[in-house]
Amino acid sequence: MTEDRAKTTTETGQAAEVVSLVVPSHPKYLYVIRSAIYPLVMEAGFPKRDAQRVVLAIDEACSNVIKYAYEGDHTKSYSVDITIGQGRLVVELKDFGKKPDVSKISPRKLDDVRPGGLGTHFIASVFDSVKYDTSREGCTVLTLVKEKP
Amino acid sequence: MKVEVIVEKISAGFLLKLKGDVDMNTSSDVRSALAQVFNQQSSSMKALLIDLSQVRYMDSSGIATLIEGMQNCMKKGARLRLCELSPSVRDVFELARLASVFEIYPTISEASAGL
Repeated sequence: MTEDRAKTTTETGQAAEVVSLVVPSHPKYLYVIRSAIYPLVMEAGFPKRDAQRVVLAIDEACSNVIKYAYEGDHTKSYSVDITIGQGRLVVELKDFGKKPDVSKISPRKLDDVRPGGLGTHFIASVFDSVKYDTSREGCTVLTLVKEKP
Repeated sequence: MKVEVIVEKISAGFLLKLKGDVDMNTSSDVRSALAQVFNQQSSSMKALLIDLSQVRYMDSSGIATLIEGMQNCMKKGARLRLCELSPSVRDVFELARLASVFEIYPTISEASAGL
C-alpha cells in the first residue's frame, strides 16, 4: 500500500490537503485504511462519533469495491483520496473493476431484519452526498462528501 | 488483523469471546465458530452469549454474521445475547437500528441471569 499527502486548493482558492492511498483489493488491508483515515478525520475537527462513522462508511465502500467491482479478486488495487478543507471532507474512491448499475444501488428497508445490505445504508446515512461516476473510461469513481457539523 | 474466538461451555449453553476487529476479512472466522457451536449444541442449550468487550470495530459483515447467529438460535429455541459492547460497536448497532432487535447486556453476569 502507498500513501501520499499533498497540498491543493479548493474551488474557492482555500488550501486543502489531499491524502492518497493505493490499496490492494484484499480485505486484510481494510484495517490499514481504517487506521490511516481515523486520525485524519479527527485532525480535521470532526467529533469522535462522526469520525468513527466516517471510517465505517469508507470501510463499507471499500468492501463493496472488493466484493462487487472486483468480484473477490484480491490481485487488483483501488485508490482512496481524502481531501480535507473548506469545512468538509471529500473522499474519492476509484476502482478499475466491473461498473455498478447505479440505478440499483439503494439502501434497503431496515424493518426487514436479515443479513446483508447494511453497507449501503451506512454509507448513505453517514455522508451528506454520495455520487457514483461511471462515465469515465475503465473506472468508477465514488465521491463521498461530509460537511463538518 | 485477525479475530480471536474463544468458545466456553457454560451452564446455559455457550459463551463466545471475540477479540479483534470483525470486518469483511475476519467475519468468516466468527461465522465458522458459530457453526461449530450450533453443530455441537444439545437440546438443553438455552442461550449463546457473545462477549464483545474486546471488539473495537465491527462492520456490516460482522452485524450480518450476528443476525445469522440470532436466527439460528431462534430456530433452535435458544437465545442469543450480546454483552459488553464498546461504545463504537454499540453505535454501529444503533446506526443499523438493530440495538433493540438484539438482546444486549452491559455484563456477562447480567446476560446470564434468568437463564
